[in-house]
Amino acid sequence: MKSLSSAKKTSFRNKAAAAELLPERELRRIVGTALKLAQSAGSEETEIHVDEVANALTRFANNGIHQNVAEHGITVSIRTVMDGRTARATTNRLDEDSLRAAIEASLSLAHSQPKDSRLLPMPGKQRYRKVNRFVRQTAELSAEDRARAVKRACDLAVKKGQVAAGIFSSGQSQSAIGNSRGLFAAYRETHSQFSITMQEDAAASWAKSNSSDFRKFDPLKLAEKASEKAHLGINAHELAPGRYTVILEPAAVLDLVGFLFYDFAATALADKRSCLNDRMGKQIFGKNITITDDVYHPLQQGAPFDGEGVPRQRVALVDGGVPRNLVYARATAKAAGKAPTGHGFALPNEYGEAPMNLVFGGGDSSLEKMVAATDRGLLVTRLWYIREVDPYEKVMTGMTRDGLFVVEKGRVTGAARNFRFNQSLIEMLKKVELLGPSVRATGEEAFEMVVPAMKVRDFHFSEVTKF
Amino acid sequence: MMWDICTNALDTAELRGASYGDVRVMHLRQRDLTTKNGQVGTLAQTESIGIGIRVLAGGAWGFASTDRLTREGVSACAAQAVAIAKASALAKRADVVMAPEESYVDSWQSPFRKDPFEIPLEKQLALLLAADEAMRRVKGITLTETDMQFRKIDSWFASSAGSRIHQRKVISGCGIAATSFQGEEIQKRSYPNSFGGQHTLQGYELIESLDLLRHAPVIAEEAAALHSASQCPEKIGTLILGGSQLGLQIHESIGHPIELDRVLGQEANFAGTSFLTVDQLNQLKYASSIVNVVADARLDHGPGLGTFAYDDEGVPAQCTDIIKDGKFRGYLSNRETAHLIGLQRSSGTMRTESWNRLPMIRMTNVSLLPGTWDYDDLIDDTHDGVLMETNRSWSIDDRRYQFQFSTEIGWEIKGGKKVRMLKNPSYSGITTEFWNSCDAICRMDHWTLWGTPNCGKGQPMQTMGTGHGASPARFRNVRIGTAFSNQ
Repeated sequence: MKSLSSAKKTSFRNKAAAAELLPERELRRIVGTALKLAQSAGSEETEIHVDEVANALTRFANNGIHQNVAEHGITVSIRTVMDGRTARATTNRLDEDSLRAAIEASLSLAHSQPKDSRLLPMPGKQRYRKVNRFVRQTAELSAEDRARAVKRACDLAVKKGQVAAGIFSSGQSQSAIGNSRGLFAAYRETHSQFSITMQEDAAASWAKSNSSDFRKFDPLKLAEKASEKAHLGINAHELAPGRYTVILEPAAVLDLVGFLFYDFAATALADKRSCLNDRMGKQIFGKNITITDDVYHPLQQGAPFDGEGVPRQRVALVDGGVPRNLVYARATAKAAGKAPTGHGFALPNEYGEAPMNLVFGGGDSSLEKMVAATDRGLLVTRLWYIREVDPYEKVMTGMTRDGLFVVEKGRVTGAARNFRFNQSLIEMLKKVELLGPSVRATGEEAFEMVVPAMKVRDFHFSEVTKF
Repeated sequence: MMWDICTNALDTAELRGASYGDVRVMHLRQRDLTTKNGQVGTLAQTESIGIGIRVLAGGAWGFASTDRLTREGVSACAAQAVAIAKASALAKRADVVMAPEESYVDSWQSPFRKDPFEIPLEKQLALLLAADEAMRRVKGITLTETDMQFRKIDSWFASSAGSRIHQRKVISGCGIAATSFQGEEIQKRSYPNSFGGQHTLQGYELIESLDLLRHAPVIAEEAAALHSASQCPEKIGTLILGGSQLGLQIHESIGHPIELDRVLGQEANFAGTSFLTVDQLNQLKYASSIVNVVADARLDHGPGLGTFAYDDEGVPAQCTDIIKDGKFRGYLSNRETAHLIGLQRSSGTMRTESWNRLPMIRMTNVSLLPGTWDYDDLIDDTHDGVLMETNRSWSIDDRRYQFQFSTEIGWEIKGGKKVRMLKNPSYSGITTEFWNSCDAICRMDHWTLWGTPNCGKGQPMQTMGTGHGASPARFRNVRIGTAFSNQ
């Protein structure tokens, strides 16, 4: 058994730090070896994905660390093509015998199905725009570094008579794609995240930030923010359900509008499961709503190529409240007579494509300005357990969580018990009165996007819970 | 070879200063097949093998995982786990104490009749494509989808206390769905359940038992007919839930609140906490007196997604009373939390998604035990109510009080008869009020052990399969139709 073990040496800066990623030349070597083996096995065309992660996450609760983990893994995913049929097999073993077995599995899967007349030849060499989202200091963050930051946050909680829970994570990942027509692309990035919930009596509040550079956020400041809001949240009183003016902080906006992302996939429209069916080109949102998909935005993350190695394009999805464009994988683009936009998922799949780097246009109203401009309303920190109730009207249900505050005559005057909402996103985006500056937001329901805070009228709360 | 890897990891951890260690080498194989509108969609096979090493050092936990199963790779991973534990100790609250447990040397395999990985792919795809075609033949259907998923999971668990446990599980799943877009409405019907169908700890015999081709045209006809059905009314009334929807109701409003890590605040930042504070054990009237719920991981309970011989902490599978005659009787616990509420032993619910994830408290098979009613008698006995079947959406607050569910289809019941189809059915309530309103549960011949393959919890997120036995049941004075009110 010939091994690629030189590509698998483990290297740690110190024992509590994350493993280092393989250099790009090793990724090229793995891709080259797998392509050669696939050709020998009779694959007419072959595409290789190599993905590697080295992540660590420190978790705390009850004012102390209770879980603390690190992972390192690499996968090689092989798509073969035989006589108009394609399939994929993935392994995390890099020796040649294992790669051969994966290639055989892929060919066997491909062989088992009917011919697919829509299958396109693989794309050739592409040119990619450079993006740099790898920060060495983030990659080198150690468990001790995270523990010390967590301790400072927990000490604050103890001092304030509160209870802290949360995470501090850091890590690095890379993806490479290569195919038998000479295409090769590779991308690496770092990521870090701090999230904290502060609890005081029955009240809780929350703050979270995420960046490729951990120095862009201050865990202690996030802890202080959550602490202040948790204190403000005690003695919450029950309000009657109904329609309210709401000021949605960016995390709340993100977790709601994040559910729109797949509606902009050309495949979703072809399948008639998008809320944009029969609505493209129509004024369905307010004129202040502009949405683009832009992986190159300075606050975005992610690779500048898609699952087939096609360069990602910036796409103007909604302009002045009118949905104008969709995103296309190569096959859906061909069927629609359009150019691919570089948003396809790895083949084979039934979902086609999706915009993964949404950027909502913002405004100049800070949260403070929005509060000052509100006679009666609710300030929403975050939302929770959001699910789709009606896919065409895009009615979403979910709960407010970790800080729902009453705004009266331009001031925050107290806290309210959490509400359940049932709200159409289409209706909501017609009723946005003010927009804050667009920021990189992170929540728990949707992947990170660039969104503003929003002041929205007539937001529908249907029921209230007990806290 | 696997035991050598485990021993190497445990020896290294001990050498580096760990006071306790356990490791899981896991080999996971998965096959996914889907079709859409008569074409093959996903056709993929995945294989993954690696080791997760959990250690106690300095009174705190550390965990590290790697797919580098060489002697050097495993030793480095074990050393990293110990170093992480020592870092945890910098901000620990108290030393971890674990409830005592025997050590075990054992090997177990889940029973199955037909290995799904040995069934020809052509046969599997032919069945899905035939079901897909049967749905597409129905007028008004605009999207058809089918899926099959098979998993084979080998795990080798070893602990520094001397346990050596090998387990092999074979899991199968399958589902079909028909969607219809007309006017300004999307309606969908799924079989045997939504969001991927039914999943059990069985082989290909599960797929054969589902009779997809008989059900495909039925659900397609229903999806198309829903457009002309009446809107589910908004009212306070009597609700009958079909088995699969009741399974999800159990999952969300009983299964999650009884997780002791949530109760003790360990999930406060993400999954949330629980209204079931420890003072409520043996005190709270959770449900009406006909309601009995167990958490049962034993094979005797059935081939559920929560069935195993040992949990991922090396504790044997158990059956725990959760609700007995309506009273709250038990939590899901692990070795670390059990003693915190005075229990002598873990209830054996530590489970991990894969070698690269830390085991955590998860549901096993949290099931509503069957009642005494025949299903037809239950309908006959209902003067005015709504029957809801097959989940469409689900949501519950972060302490598990207030929930709202909607289903794909509803039926109005008048004078003991199903009189008309209702679209967009939904209901909502407060957990304990809802379960205390239960006045009828169907008997064993209507009971199914449903599989929920997609339960998310933890940071980093883990997806776990859980089992929920349920038969149709009736609830009184439930708020119906809320989700679509005032839109």
